[in-house]
Amino acid sequence: MTDLLGRILPTVQKPARYTGGEFNEIQKDPASVRVNVAFCFPDTYEIGMSNLGIRILYGVMNEMEGVWCQRVFAPWADMEEAMVRHGLPLWALESRRPVREFDMIAFSIGYEMSYSNILNMLRLAGVPLLARERKGLGGIVFAGGVCAFNPEPLAEFIDFFSLGEGEESTVEIVSLYDRAKAGGWEKERFLREAAKIPGVYVPSFYRHEYGADGTLSAIVPEDGVPAVVSKRIVEDLDKAFFPTKMLVPSTEIVHDRANLEVFRGCIRGCRFCQAGFSCRPVRKKSAEVLYRQAVETLEDSGINELTLSSLSTSDYRELEELTDKLLPYCGEKRINLSVPSLRADNFSRQLTARLQTQHKSSLTFAPEAGSQRLRDVINKNLTEEEILTTCAIAFAGGWNSVKLYFMLGLPTETEEDVLAIAELIEKVAAVWRANASNKKRGLRIHAAAAYFVPKPHTPFQWEKQLPMEEYLRRARLLKERLRNVRGVEFNYHSPELSRLEAVFARGDRRVGAVLRRAVEKEARLDGWDEFFSYQTWLEAFQECGVDPEYYTCRGFGEDEVLPWDAIDVGVDKAFLLRERKRAHQGLTTRDCRAGCSGCGADKLLREVKCDA
Amino acid sequence: MPRALFSKTGNAVYLSHLDLMRLFQRAFQRAGLPLTHTQGFNPRPSVSIALPLSVGIESRCELLDFQLEGEPVPMDEIRDRLNRALVPGVAVQRVYEGGRKVRELRLLECAVTLEYDAGVPTEAAEQTAALFRRESLPVAKKSKAGPVEQDIIPLIRRVAVRRTSQRELTMTALVCCQEPSMNPMQLAAAVSRYLPQITPDFARCQRLALYDGDENEFY
Repeated sequence: MTDLLGRILPTVQKPARYTGGEFNEIQKDPASVRVNVAFCFPDTYEIGMSNLGIRILYGVMNEMEGVWCQRVFAPWADMEEAMVRHGLPLWALESRRPVREFDMIAFSIGYEMSYSNILNMLRLAGVPLLARERKGLGGIVFAGGVCAFNPEPLAEFIDFFSLGEGEESTVEIVSLYDRAKAGGWEKERFLREAAKIPGVYVPSFYRHEYGADGTLSAIVPEDGVPAVVSKRIVEDLDKAFFPTKMLVPSTEIVHDRANLEVFRGCIRGCRFCQAGFSCRPVRKKSAEVLYRQAVETLEDSGINELTLSSLSTSDYRELEELTDKLLPYCGEKRINLSVPSLRADNFSRQLTARLQTQHKSSLTFAPEAGSQRLRDVINKNLTEEEILTTCAIAFAGGWNSVKLYFMLGLPTETEEDVLAIAELIEKVAAVWRANASNKKRGLRIHAAAAYFVPKPHTPFQWEKQLPMEEYLRRARLLKERLRNVRGVEFNYHSPELSRLEAVFARGDRRVGAVLRRAVEKEARLDGWDEFFSYQTWLEAFQECGVDPEYYTCRGFGEDEVLPWDAIDVGVDKAFLLRERKRAHQGLTTRDCRAGCSGCGADKLLREVKCDA
Repeated sequence: MPRALFSKTGNAVYLSHLDLMRLFQRAFQRAGLPLTHTQGFNPRPSVSIALPLSVGIESRCELLDFQLEGEPVPMDEIRDRLNRALVPGVAVQRVYEGGRKVRELRLLECAVTLEYDAGVPTEAAEQTAALFRRESLPVAKKSKAGPVEQDIIPLIRRVAVRRTSQRELTMTALVCCQEPSMNPMQLAAAVSRYLPQITPDFARCQRLALYDGDENEFY
């Protein structure tokens, strides 16, 4: 007889995402396992399996003797409906064991709008949502990822956070749990000990106090816990664990390829970019190690696509050496090598031409702003001349399409800056007319504008988000202005999701109630247009008496206590303030390689120097 | 062109035809058995599967044709190396040359099992057997233009029904699988439609063996 899951699977879309059983999946003998970890990604299988961090930590934990890390993803709506109807609790792929029976439940969080999925997955697992309602040591919930750099909206739900890179700290955390379980510790004692691990933040040990005006007035740590928790980093990436035995999905996922991270951190300093500041300091991996890992991964997995990733791959010092080695190998083995995140410089143009022999990549720029003035404000080191020169060369070489990404609502933006976006797009079109070698197929410019979201740990962390109506007015103005320009397709993001993203990015503990209420009202899969309901969220805010404008358009005072002040990502607040002032003065800051600007992140390094 | 006979069972039954093609392409690569590629603008590894299998159906008789580059490798070695590179549920039984032309494939032996949680209803086997003795039996079939009615009686060579356990009834049938073809799950659909009182709680299906039009084994 077929079991319940076996009966449900034929009735849902893409059932292969619920079964596990992929190449290099880790199976262990349950009798040899002391600590079971359910590693949850708060989105679908196709998104989660595309995430390199998940693959690394899956490998790290499963390398540990006596530990079995198993994967859990958010079910699609049809599966969720079947699970609820049949009373089937959320399970882990490897063993099909219910998540609620696991020792540890871990979440990787990289996007604010996946918060509803975290709560919904706990609900589907039958695990109490509130940390304080989970009494025992079993089923302890922890989380990491870039969103953990402002963990407060999730403080009520997550027992502790692991800040920064997890290759080393995860081992320390799971080992401590192993001891705690063997010793029969209470949950409280485990959390006390965990808080001593560098990079571990236990929100229940920090009291948030609010002033009469409703702003946060103090974050008070309990005795014995650090006032500020610094994120963890791996100093020597060459020695860090890397999963060359990669999990190879059997069914289609979003990014179905091998992924090699060439370095961490960023030398650029674009003032809106959270990753650019929170992933510092810069640490490189050697071309030799990368080449070896590439070959091992590709041969073991049989995958025929490799991508080199980082925040700005042109800034990788050994890029030429690495691509010189990889190109012949990939050519011989018919492997597509893609190198995204290249800058518009000479070497990148040559490299792109060499990659062409295999696959025609797309030409994409993110000027973010239309005017040089505003690009200086945001410290986006990309000039109009660089864009137009690269376009001219590409058009002459047979390209006929280009993508351009912008943001609207950046600090100090004026109508003039908005219209400069249209002017830049028109200049690109003129460059095509003057240079294109093949005009028959016509020009296609895809331009898109997003709604600026101020993020914690950036120089813009205090800034106001533009009111939604004003964003829409500017976006429509631009749309109208570009309506009759031939070959140009201009789109702008609908602002609702970005507004909520802004709330949860800079939210404090008071927005936790809104999350809970929205999930009670069936919010989930918010990143998917077919499920996102803005109305549900607005009702949740209203019912909880929380004003979203407080976190978006109000802006934060420079002397205000920020919800994430107990979290240190390495970059000093004084540096961020300095950068904010320079932004408002329209002054750029040179990149870290041209000269150190003293961000402070190098204090996280003991063994090596910052490689900017 | 060498051919592999493989089975698809367990979790692997949920892989789509495209998933399975990609799985094999990668498995050949992992096994150090490079495939030749098709000519043209977008070269693809040359593998093809004889009869695409619907998601959810188990099979013991899938056929995969492929072409390897380089030095010849003994057939048994190809099988063993592939099996080490595949995933649970997909297993190669035999690799051989001289397989018959796919267009000569006509008949499929299959088993459709009807599951009854409260036990197989009395007379269900007899009623089901009688159902397939009718002159015609129109059943819904998905087509590109939407659902259409298809009379499955001319497509069924033989069908035997027996109770295989307290709660299971199994129909073993020999049906047309190529020009024209029917999906064996239509046997279960016919039971639910014409004998609603014995609609099963669940039905599952298995491909067992392939034959040509004269019922000779197709290999």
